[in-house]
Amino acid sequence: MTATLAATGVPKLARGVRLRHDEARGQWVLLAPERVLNPDPVAVEILKKVDGARSIDTIVDELATAFTVERATVATDVDAFLAGLAEKGLIEVTSPVIGDAAS
Amino acid sequence: MSLIEEPRGRVEVPVRPAPPIPYGMLAELTHRCPLQCPYCSNPVELDRRNVELDTETWLRVFSEAAKLGVLQVHLSGGEPTARRDLEQMIRHCVEVGLYTNLITAGVGVTPERLQSISDAGIDHVQLSFQGATAEMTDKVSNFRGAHERKLAVAREVRRLGLPLTVNSVVHRANIHQIPDFIELALALDARRIEIAHSQYYGWALRNRGALMPTRDQVFWALDVVEEARVRLKGVLTIDAVVPDYYAKYPKPCMNGWGRQSLNVTPSGKVLPCHAAETIPSLDFWNVREHSLTDVWLNSPAFNAFRGTDWMPDLCKSCERKEIDWGGCRCQAMAIAGDAAATDPACHLSPLHADLLALAEADAEGSDIYDYRRYFQPDRAS
Ligand code: SF4
Ligand code: SF4
Repeated sequence: MTATLAATGVPKLARGVRLRHDEARGQWVLLAPERVLNPDPVAVEILKKVDGARSIDTIVDELATAFTVERATVATDVDAFLAGLAEKGLIEVTSPVIGDAAS
Repeated sequence: MSLIEEPRGRVEVPVRPAPPIPYGMLAELTHRCPLQCPYCSNPVELDRRNVELDTETWLRVFSEAAKLGVLQVHLSGGEPTARRDLEQMIRHCVEVGLYTNLITAGVGVTPERLQSISDAGIDHVQLSFQGATAEMTDKVSNFRGAHERKLAVAREVRRLGLPLTVNSVVHRANIHQIPDFIELALALDARRIEIAHSQYYGWALRNRGALMPTRDQVFWALDVVEEARVRLKGVLTIDAVVPDYYAKYPKPCMNGWGRQSLNVTPSGKVLPCHAAETIPSLDFWNVREHSLTDVWLNSPAFNAFRGTDWMPDLCKSCERKEIDWGGCRCQAMAIAGDAAATDPACHLSPLHADLLALAEADAEGSDIYDYRRYFQPDRAS
Protein backbone atom coordinates (compact mmCIF):
# COMPACT_ATOMS: atom_id res chain seq x y z
CA MET A 1 0.00 0.00 0.00
CA THR A 2 1.26 3.48 -0.84
CA ALA A 3 1.14 6.47 1.46
CA THR A 4 -2.42 7.56 2.04
CA LEU A 5 -2.27 10.08 4.86
CA ALA A 6 -0.42 13.38 4.74
CA ALA A 7 2.63 13.18 6.98
CA THR A 8 1.88 16.65 8.29
CA GLY A 9 -1.61 15.59 9.37
CA VAL A 10 -2.42 15.53 13.07
CA PRO A 11 -4.41 12.46 14.10
CA LYS A 12 -6.65 12.29 17.13
CA LEU A 13 -9.06 9.69 18.44
CA ALA A 14 -12.60 10.35 17.25
CA ARG A 15 -15.23 11.29 19.83
CA GLY A 16 -16.49 8.04 21.32
CA VAL A 17 -13.14 6.26 20.98
CA ARG A 18 -10.92 5.78 24.00
CA LEU A 19 -7.63 4.06 24.67
CA ARG A 20 -7.11 2.73 28.15
CA HIS A 21 -5.25 0.16 30.11
CA ASP A 22 -7.49 -2.66 31.24
CA GLU A 23 -6.21 -3.63 34.67
CA ALA A 24 -8.47 -6.63 35.08
CA ARG A 25 -7.09 -8.36 31.99
CA GLY A 26 -3.64 -6.77 31.98
CA GLN A 27 -3.84 -5.34 28.48
CA TRP A 28 -4.52 -2.19 26.51
CA VAL A 29 -7.91 -1.77 24.88
CA LEU A 30 -9.37 0.63 22.37
CA LEU A 31 -13.01 1.28 23.20
CA ALA A 32 -15.42 2.35 20.49
CA PRO A 33 -19.20 2.26 20.00
CA GLU A 34 -20.25 -1.33 20.78
CA ARG A 35 -16.69 -2.47 20.18
CA VAL A 36 -13.72 -3.51 22.27
CA LEU A 37 -10.51 -3.74 20.26
CA ASN A 38 -7.23 -5.26 21.35
CA PRO A 39 -4.29 -3.39 19.88
CA ASP A 40 -1.04 -5.36 19.79
CA PRO A 41 2.05 -3.86 21.53
CA VAL A 42 3.23 -1.94 18.45
CA ALA A 43 -0.23 -0.54 17.83
CA VAL A 44 -0.40 0.55 21.48
CA GLU A 45 2.85 2.51 21.12
CA ILE A 46 1.42 4.32 18.11
CA LEU A 47 -1.96 4.93 19.72
CA LYS A 48 -0.40 6.42 22.83
CA LYS A 49 1.04 9.14 20.63
CA VAL A 50 -2.23 9.87 18.87
CA ASP A 51 -3.12 12.84 21.05
CA GLY A 52 -4.39 15.51 18.70
CA ALA A 53 -1.11 17.43 19.07
CA ARG A 54 1.59 15.34 17.42
CA SER A 55 1.68 15.14 13.62
CA ILE A 56 2.19 11.83 11.89
CA ASP A 57 5.73 12.95 11.09
CA THR A 58 6.47 13.57 14.75
CA ILE A 59 4.99 10.22 15.74
CA VAL A 60 7.20 8.46 13.20
CA ASP A 61 10.29 10.35 14.36
CA GLU A 62 9.69 9.52 17.98
CA LEU A 63 9.00 5.85 17.35
CA ALA A 64 12.02 5.45 15.07
CA THR A 65 14.23 6.96 17.77
CA ALA A 66 12.67 5.04 20.64
CA PHE A 67 12.89 1.66 18.94
CA THR A 68 15.96 2.29 16.77
CA VAL A 69 14.17 1.13 13.66
CA GLU A 70 14.75 2.57 10.20
CA ARG A 71 12.53 5.61 9.75
CA ALA A 72 11.15 4.54 6.37
CA THR A 73 9.92 1.24 7.81
CA VAL A 74 8.24 2.95 10.73
CA ALA A 75 6.65 5.48 8.39
CA THR A 76 5.11 2.78 6.21
CA ASP A 77 3.76 0.87 9.22
CA VAL A 78 2.35 3.91 10.98
CA ASP A 79 0.73 5.13 7.81
CA ALA A 80 -0.91 1.79 7.06
CA PHE A 81 -2.15 1.47 10.62
CA LEU A 82 -3.52 5.00 10.91
CA ALA A 83 -5.11 4.88 7.45
CA GLY A 84 -6.97 1.77 8.57
CA LEU A 85 -8.17 3.51 11.72
CA ALA A 86 -9.26 6.56 9.74
CA GLU A 87 -11.23 4.38 7.37
CA LYS A 88 -13.02 2.78 10.30
CA GLY A 89 -13.80 6.22 11.70
CA LEU A 90 -11.77 5.58 14.84
CA ILE A 91 -9.44 8.54 14.32
CA GLU A 92 -9.73 11.90 12.64
CA VAL A 93 -6.81 13.48 10.86
CA THR A 94 -6.84 17.24 10.64
CA SER A 95 -5.51 17.57 7.13
CA PRO A 96 -6.93 16.21 3.91
CA VAL A 97 -6.55 12.56 3.12
CA ILE A 98 -4.67 11.98 -0.12
CA GLY A 99 -4.26 8.86 -2.19
CA ASP A 100 -6.68 5.97 -2.45
CA ALA A 101 -7.90 5.52 1.12
CA ALA A 102 -10.43 8.34 0.84
CA SER A 103 -13.91 6.94 1.05
CA MET B 1 0.24 -4.44 14.16
CA SER B 2 -3.36 -5.24 14.30
CA LEU B 3 -6.62 -4.75 16.05
CA ILE B 4 -8.32 -7.87 17.23
CA GLU B 5 -11.95 -7.50 17.98
CA GLU B 6 -12.86 -9.22 21.21
CA PRO B 7 -16.41 -9.89 22.20
CA ARG B 8 -18.05 -10.28 18.81
CA GLY B 9 -18.35 -13.38 16.74
CA ARG B 10 -16.32 -16.34 17.74
CA VAL B 11 -13.99 -15.49 20.54
CA GLU B 12 -11.02 -17.60 21.48
CA VAL B 13 -11.13 -17.51 25.22
CA PRO B 14 -7.63 -17.55 26.67
CA VAL B 15 -6.99 -20.15 29.32
CA ARG B 16 -7.65 -18.44 32.61
CA PRO B 17 -9.34 -19.62 35.74
CA ALA B 18 -13.09 -19.55 35.31
CA PRO B 19 -15.31 -17.62 35.40
CA PRO B 20 -14.41 -15.09 32.75
CA ILE B 21 -14.45 -11.32 33.22
CA PRO B 22 -17.47 -9.42 31.89
CA TYR B 23 -17.00 -6.78 29.18
CA GLY B 24 -20.34 -5.04 29.33
CA MET B 25 -23.00 -4.06 31.80
CA LEU B 26 -26.53 -3.05 30.90
CA ALA B 27 -27.74 -0.61 33.51
CA GLU B 28 -31.51 -0.35 33.33
CA LEU B 29 -31.81 2.88 35.26
CA THR B 30 -35.59 3.02 35.22
CA HIS B 31 -38.58 1.35 33.64
CA ARG B 32 -40.33 4.68 33.16
CA CYS B 33 -40.73 5.57 29.48
CA PRO B 34 -43.14 7.79 27.56
CA LEU B 35 -43.41 5.22 24.77
CA GLN B 36 -45.30 1.92 24.76
CA CYS B 37 -43.54 -0.36 22.29
CA PRO B 38 -45.31 -3.72 22.17
CA TYR B 39 -41.94 -5.55 21.91
CA CYS B 40 -40.30 -3.80 24.84
CA SER B 41 -37.73 -6.09 26.45
CA ASN B 42 -38.69 -4.90 29.92
CA PRO B 43 -40.58 -7.43 32.00
CA VAL B 44 -44.36 -7.37 31.99
CA GLU B 45 -44.19 -6.47 35.70
CA LEU B 46 -42.50 -3.08 35.46
CA ASP B 47 -40.56 -1.62 38.39
CA ARG B 48 -42.09 1.56 39.74
CA ARG B 49 -40.20 4.70 40.57
CA ASN B 50 -40.33 4.15 44.31
CA VAL B 51 -38.34 0.90 44.07
CA GLU B 52 -35.59 2.35 41.85
CA LEU B 53 -32.04 2.38 43.19
CA ASP B 54 -30.88 5.75 44.45
CA THR B 55 -27.98 7.69 42.97
CA GLU B 56 -25.48 6.63 45.57
CA THR B 57 -26.14 2.94 45.01
CA TRP B 58 -25.78 3.27 41.25
CA LEU B 59 -22.47 5.09 41.67
CA ARG B 60 -21.23 2.28 43.89
CA VAL B 61 -22.37 -0.29 41.31
CA PHE B 62 -20.44 1.52 38.56
CA SER B 63 -17.30 1.59 40.68
CA GLU B 64 -17.68 -2.12 41.39
CA ALA B 65 -18.27 -2.82 37.70
CA ALA B 66 -15.05 -1.06 36.76
CA LYS B 67 -13.16 -3.02 39.38
CA LEU B 68 -14.64 -6.28 38.15
CA GLY B 69 -13.30 -5.54 34.67
CA VAL B 70 -16.38 -4.20 32.90
CA LEU B 71 -15.28 -1.88 30.09
CA GLN B 72 -18.53 -0.57 28.66
CA VAL B 73 -21.71 0.49 30.41
CA HIS B 74 -24.97 0.74 28.53
CA LEU B 75 -27.24 3.26 30.21
CA SER B 76 -30.68 2.09 29.33
CA GLY B 77 -34.22 1.71 30.63
CA GLY B 78 -37.06 2.36 30.08
CA GLU B 79 -35.97 5.82 29.17
CA PRO B 80 -32.69 6.58 30.99
CA THR B 81 -33.09 10.34 30.64
CA ALA B 82 -36.09 10.07 32.98
CA ARG B 83 -33.44 9.93 35.71
CA ARG B 84 -32.38 13.45 36.64
CA ASP B 85 -29.12 12.10 38.03
CA LEU B 86 -28.07 10.63 34.68
CA GLU B 87 -25.32 13.21 34.14
CA GLN B 88 -23.92 12.53 37.59
CA MET B 89 -23.77 8.83 36.75
CA ILE B 90 -22.06 9.50 33.41
CA ARG B 91 -19.44 11.69 35.06
CA HIS B 92 -18.79 8.98 37.62
CA CYS B 93 -18.43 6.32 34.92
CA VAL B 94 -15.91 8.48 33.06
CA GLU B 95 -14.00 8.95 36.30
CA VAL B 96 -13.69 5.22 36.94
CA GLY B 97 -12.75 4.56 33.31
CA LEU B 98 -16.01 3.11 32.01
CA TYR B 99 -17.08 3.73 28.43
CA THR B 100 -20.63 5.06 28.42
CA ASN B 101 -23.32 4.31 25.90
CA LEU B 102 -26.71 6.01 26.14
CA ILE B 103 -29.65 3.98 24.86
CA THR B 104 -32.50 6.41 24.47
CA ALA B 105 -35.88 6.69 22.75
CA GLY B 106 -35.24 10.41 22.38
CA VAL B 107 -38.72 11.60 23.33
CA GLY B 108 -38.65 14.36 25.91
CA VAL B 109 -34.93 14.97 25.50
CA THR B 110 -34.33 18.67 24.91
CA PRO B 111 -31.24 20.12 23.19
CA GLU B 112 -30.21 21.57 26.57
CA ARG B 113 -30.39 18.14 28.16
CA LEU B 114 -28.34 16.61 25.36
CA GLN B 115 -25.74 19.32 25.76
CA SER B 116 -25.45 18.55 29.44
CA ILE B 117 -25.25 14.80 28.76
CA SER B 118 -22.53 15.47 26.22
CA ASP B 119 -20.66 17.73 28.65
CA ALA B 120 -20.83 14.99 31.27
CA GLY B 121 -18.77 12.89 28.86
CA ILE B 122 -21.10 10.41 27.19
CA ASP B 123 -19.20 8.41 24.56
CA HIS B 124 -21.93 7.15 22.24
CA VAL B 125 -25.65 7.59 21.71
CA GLN B 126 -27.95 4.88 20.50
CA LEU B 127 -31.33 6.23 19.41
CA SER B 128 -34.31 3.98 18.77
CA PHE B 129 -36.66 4.36 15.82
CA GLN B 130 -39.84 2.30 15.90
CA GLY B 131 -40.43 3.00 12.22
CA ALA B 132 -38.63 4.60 9.30
CA THR B 133 -41.58 6.95 8.78
CA ALA B 134 -43.51 9.16 11.18
CA GLU B 135 -46.65 7.14 10.67
CA MET B 136 -44.96 3.85 11.62
CA THR B 137 -42.94 5.19 14.56
CA ASP B 138 -45.98 6.88 16.06
CA LYS B 139 -48.15 3.81 15.66
CA VAL B 140 -45.68 1.27 17.06
CA SER B 141 -44.60 3.47 19.98
CA ASN B 142 -48.19 4.63 20.52
CA PHE B 143 -47.01 8.22 20.82
CA ARG B 144 -48.03 10.99 18.45
CA GLY B 145 -45.15 13.05 17.18
CA ALA B 146 -42.49 10.66 18.45
CA HIS B 147 -40.77 10.39 15.08
CA GLU B 148 -40.29 14.14 14.63
CA ARG B 149 -38.79 14.42 18.08
CA LYS B 150 -36.39 11.58 17.38
CA LEU B 151 -35.22 13.23 14.17
CA ALA B 152 -34.51 16.42 16.10
CA VAL B 153 -32.54 14.50 18.74
CA ALA B 154 -30.50 12.69 16.09
CA ARG B 155 -29.51 15.98 14.46
CA GLU B 156 -28.57 17.44 17.81
CA VAL B 157 -26.46 14.40 18.70
CA ARG B 158 -24.48 14.82 15.50
CA ARG B 159 -24.23 18.57 15.93
CA LEU B 160 -22.54 17.86 19.27
CA GLY B 161 -20.08 15.59 17.46
CA LEU B 162 -21.25 12.45 19.25
CA PRO B 163 -21.23 9.11 17.42
CA LEU B 164 -24.76 7.96 16.67
CA THR B 165 -26.26 4.52 16.25
CA VAL B 166 -29.78 4.14 14.90
CA ASN B 167 -31.49 1.31 16.68
CA SER B 168 -34.44 -0.29 14.94
CA VAL B 169 -36.48 -3.23 16.10
CA VAL B 170 -38.21 -4.95 13.22
CA HIS B 171 -41.28 -7.17 13.19
CA ARG B 172 -44.17 -8.01 10.91
CA ALA B 173 -45.56 -4.47 10.62
CA ASN B 174 -42.32 -2.65 9.79
CA ILE B 175 -39.89 -5.29 8.50
CA HIS B 176 -40.51 -4.08 4.94
CA GLN B 177 -39.02 -0.74 5.98
CA ILE B 178 -35.50 -2.13 6.49
CA PRO B 179 -34.18 -0.36 3.36
CA ASP B 180 -35.77 2.87 4.63
CA PHE B 181 -34.26 2.42 8.09
CA ILE B 182 -30.87 2.15 6.42
CA GLU B 183 -31.53 5.30 4.35
CA LEU B 184 -32.67 7.07 7.50
CA ALA B 185 -29.45 6.15 9.30
CA LEU B 186 -27.40 7.49 6.39
CA ALA B 187 -29.44 10.69 6.22
CA LEU B 188 -28.93 11.22 9.95
CA ASP B 189 -25.17 10.71 9.60
CA ALA B 190 -25.16 7.67 11.87
CA ARG B 191 -22.12 5.43 11.55
CA ARG B 192 -23.90 2.39 12.76
CA ILE B 193 -27.35 0.86 12.63
CA GLU B 194 -28.71 -2.01 14.63
CA ILE B 195 -31.47 -3.94 12.97
CA ALA B 196 -32.80 -6.24 15.63
CA HIS B 197 -35.65 -8.59 15.03
CA SER B 198 -37.98 -8.54 17.95
CA GLN B 199 -37.02 -11.16 20.55
CA TYR B 200 -39.92 -12.86 22.23
CA TYR B 201 -39.61 -12.22 25.94
CA GLY B 202 -41.43 -9.80 28.20
CA TRP B 203 -43.87 -7.65 26.26
CA ALA B 204 -42.85 -9.15 22.94
CA LEU B 205 -43.91 -12.59 24.11
CA ARG B 206 -47.33 -11.18 24.98
CA ASN B 207 -47.50 -9.65 21.50
CA ARG B 208 -45.95 -12.49 19.58
CA GLY B 209 -49.01 -13.03 17.39
CA ALA B 210 -48.95 -9.40 16.31
CA LEU B 211 -45.18 -9.18 15.84
CA MET B 212 -44.10 -12.45 14.26
CA PRO B 213 -42.97 -11.96 10.67
CA THR B 214 -43.62 -14.55 8.00
CA ARG B 215 -40.86 -16.84 6.83
CA ASP B 216 -40.73 -15.01 3.48
CA GLN B 217 -40.34 -11.66 5.21
CA VAL B 218 -37.46 -12.97 7.30
CA PHE B 219 -35.53 -14.40 4.37
CA TRP B 220 -36.13 -11.26 2.32
CA ALA B 221 -34.80 -9.19 5.25
CA LEU B 222 -31.64 -11.30 5.48
CA ASP B 223 -30.90 -10.69 1.79
CA VAL B 224 -31.54 -6.96 2.03
CA VAL B 225 -29.23 -6.61 5.02
CA GLU B 226 -26.46 -8.65 3.37
CA GLU B 227 -26.62 -6.58 0.22
CA ALA B 228 -26.55 -3.31 2.18
CA ARG B 229 -23.63 -4.51 4.29
CA VAL B 230 -21.49 -5.05 1.24
CA ARG B 231 -22.62 -1.84 -0.46
CA LEU B 232 -22.06 0.35 2.61
CA LYS B 233 -18.81 -1.12 3.89
CA GLY B 234 -16.76 1.63 5.51
CA VAL B 235 -19.74 4.00 5.49
CA LEU B 236 -22.28 2.40 7.78
CA THR B 237 -21.81 -0.56 10.08
CA ILE B 238 -24.88 -2.77 10.08
CA ASP B 239 -25.30 -5.04 13.07
CA ALA B 240 -28.26 -7.36 12.77
CA VAL B 241 -29.88 -9.53 15.38
CA VAL B 242 -31.52 -12.23 13.32
CA PRO B 243 -34.55 -14.19 14.43
CA ASP B 244 -33.78 -17.82 14.96
CA TYR B 245 -37.28 -19.24 14.75
CA TYR B 246 -36.77 -20.05 11.09
CA ALA B 247 -33.05 -20.84 11.39
CA LYS B 248 -31.10 -24.06 11.62
CA TYR B 249 -29.06 -23.14 14.68
CA PRO B 250 -29.96 -20.95 17.64
CA LYS B 251 -28.28 -17.63 18.33
CA PRO B 252 -25.34 -17.74 20.75
CA CYS B 253 -27.37 -16.01 23.39
CA MET B 254 -25.27 -13.48 25.34
CA ASN B 255 -22.24 -15.30 23.87
CA GLY B 256 -22.64 -17.68 26.77
CA TRP B 257 -24.47 -17.30 30.07
CA GLY B 258 -22.54 -15.34 32.68
CA ARG B 259 -19.61 -15.05 30.33
CA GLN B 260 -19.38 -11.53 28.89
CA SER B 261 -22.07 -9.37 30.38
CA LEU B 262 -24.50 -8.63 33.15
CA ASN B 263 -27.63 -6.60 33.58
CA VAL B 264 -28.79 -4.57 36.57
CA THR B 265 -32.52 -3.82 36.82
CA PRO B 266 -33.98 -0.53 38.12
CA SER B 267 -34.53 -2.09 41.54
CA GLY B 268 -31.05 -3.59 41.71
CA LYS B 269 -31.46 -7.20 40.72
CA VAL B 270 -28.49 -8.54 38.77
CA LEU B 271 -29.42 -10.71 35.80
CA PRO B 272 -27.30 -12.72 33.36
CA CYS B 273 -29.55 -11.41 30.55
CA HIS B 274 -32.46 -8.97 30.47
CA ALA B 275 -35.06 -11.73 30.12
CA ALA B 276 -33.65 -14.03 32.80
CA GLU B 277 -36.49 -13.25 35.18
CA THR B 278 -38.77 -15.35 32.97
CA ILE B 279 -37.01 -18.41 34.44
CA PRO B 280 -38.88 -18.94 37.71
CA SER B 281 -36.36 -21.33 39.30
CA LEU B 282 -33.55 -18.76 39.34
CA ASP B 283 -32.59 -16.81 42.41
CA PHE B 284 -31.28 -13.32 41.61
CA TRP B 285 -29.12 -11.40 44.00
CA ASN B 286 -29.53 -7.69 44.50
CA VAL B 287 -26.81 -5.02 44.54
CA ARG B 288 -28.40 -3.68 47.72
CA GLU B 289 -27.14 -6.80 49.51
CA HIS B 290 -24.15 -7.97 47.48
CA SER B 291 -21.20 -6.45 45.69
CA LEU B 292 -21.25 -6.88 41.93
CA THR B 293 -18.19 -9.12 42.04
CA ASP B 294 -19.88 -11.33 44.61
CA VAL B 295 -22.96 -11.63 42.38
CA TRP B 296 -20.89 -12.35 39.29
CA LEU B 297 -18.80 -15.04 40.95
CA ASN B 298 -21.14 -16.62 43.44
CA SER B 299 -24.80 -16.03 42.74
CA PRO B 300 -26.73 -19.18 41.86
CA ALA B 301 -28.40 -17.48 38.87
CA PHE B 302 -25.05 -16.74 37.21
CA ASN B 303 -23.69 -20.19 37.86
CA ALA B 304 -26.84 -22.01 36.78
CA PHE B 305 -25.97 -22.14 33.07
CA ARG B 306 -22.36 -21.05 33.00
CA GLY B 307 -20.02 -23.07 30.80
CA THR B 308 -21.18 -26.40 29.41
CA ASP B 309 -21.69 -28.66 32.44
CA TRP B 310 -25.39 -27.88 32.77
CA MET B 311 -26.13 -28.89 29.18
CA PRO B 312 -28.39 -31.72 28.09
CA ASP B 313 -26.52 -34.58 26.37
CA LEU B 314 -27.63 -33.40 22.95
CA CYS B 315 -25.64 -30.18 23.36
CA LYS B 316 -22.85 -31.60 25.52
CA SER B 317 -21.87 -34.00 22.77
CA CYS B 318 -22.26 -31.41 20.00
CA GLU B 319 -19.31 -29.69 18.32
CA ARG B 320 -21.15 -26.36 18.41
CA LYS B 321 -21.51 -26.29 22.18
CA GLU B 322 -18.99 -23.48 22.57
CA ILE B 323 -20.24 -21.67 19.48
CA ASP B 324 -23.89 -21.19 20.34
CA TRP B 325 -23.78 -22.35 23.99
CA GLY B 326 -26.95 -24.38 23.51
CA GLY B 327 -28.88 -21.26 22.47
CA CYS B 328 -31.12 -19.16 24.62
CA ARG B 329 -32.16 -20.30 28.11
CA CYS B 330 -35.19 -18.04 28.14
CA GLN B 331 -36.41 -19.36 24.82
CA ALA B 332 -35.93 -22.94 26.09
CA MET B 333 -38.01 -21.94 29.11
CA ALA B 334 -40.73 -20.30 27.03
CA ILE B 335 -41.08 -23.08 24.47
CA ALA B 336 -39.85 -26.29 26.13
CA GLY B 337 -40.93 -25.32 29.63
CA ASP B 338 -37.41 -26.22 30.79
CA ALA B 339 -34.63 -23.65 30.96
CA ALA B 340 -31.97 -26.39 30.76
CA ALA B 341 -33.28 -27.86 27.50
CA THR B 342 -31.66 -27.45 24.09
CA ASP B 343 -33.05 -24.24 22.59
CA PRO B 344 -35.96 -25.34 20.37
CA ALA B 345 -34.62 -22.97 17.68
CA CYS B 346 -31.94 -25.60 17.05
CA HIS B 347 -32.99 -28.00 14.28
CA LEU B 348 -31.62 -30.86 16.41
CA SER B 349 -34.09 -30.14 19.20
CA PRO B 350 -37.02 -32.55 19.37
CA LEU B 351 -39.23 -29.46 19.76
CA HIS B 352 -37.97 -27.67 16.67
CA ALA B 353 -40.99 -28.61 14.55
CA ASP B 354 -43.32 -27.31 17.27
CA LEU B 355 -41.48 -24.01 17.34
CA LEU B 356 -41.73 -23.66 13.58
CA ALA B 357 -45.44 -24.46 13.63
CA LEU B 358 -45.92 -21.91 16.39
CA ALA B 359 -44.04 -19.23 14.45
CA GLU B 360 -46.02 -19.93 11.31
CA ALA B 361 -49.31 -19.78 13.20
CA ASP B 362 -48.31 -16.55 14.95
CA ALA B 363 -47.33 -14.98 11.63
CA GLU B 364 -51.02 -15.25 10.74
CA GLY B 365 -52.04 -13.66 14.05
CA SER B 366 -54.04 -10.51 14.70
CA ASP B 367 -52.30 -7.15 14.24
CA ILE B 368 -53.68 -5.65 17.44
CA TYR B 369 -51.00 -4.70 19.98
CA ASP B 370 -51.14 -5.02 23.72
CA TYR B 371 -49.07 -1.90 24.36
CA ARG B 372 -46.48 -1.79 27.12
CA ARG B 373 -47.85 -0.12 30.25
CA TYR B 374 -47.93 -0.22 34.00
CA PHE B 375 -50.91 -2.23 35.12
CA GLN B 376 -52.13 0.51 37.45
CA PRO B 377 -51.54 4.19 36.90
CA ASP B 378 -48.08 5.01 38.20
CA ARG B 379 -48.80 7.86 40.54
CA ALA B 380 -45.19 8.08 41.63
CA SER B 381 -43.97 9.44 38.27
S1 SF4 C 1 -38.68 -0.41 23.88
FE1 SF4 C 1 -40.06 1.35 23.65
S2 SF4 C 1 -41.33 1.27 25.52
FE2 SF4 C 1 -39.56 -0.07 25.91
S3 SF4 C 1 -38.12 1.28 26.93
FE3 SF4 C 1 -37.63 1.33 24.73
S4 SF4 C 1 -38.75 3.09 23.91
FE4 SF4 C 1 -39.61 2.62 25.93
S1 SF4 D 1 -27.42 -29.30 19.81
FE1 SF4 D 1 -27.06 -27.68 21.27
S2 SF4 D 1 -24.92 -27.07 20.97
FE2 SF4 D 1 -25.52 -28.30 19.18
S3 SF4 D 1 -26.18 -26.80 17.67
FE3 SF4 D 1 -28.03 -27.43 18.78
S4 SF4 D 1 -28.21 -25.93 20.45
FE4 SF4 D 1 -26.12 -25.76 19.64
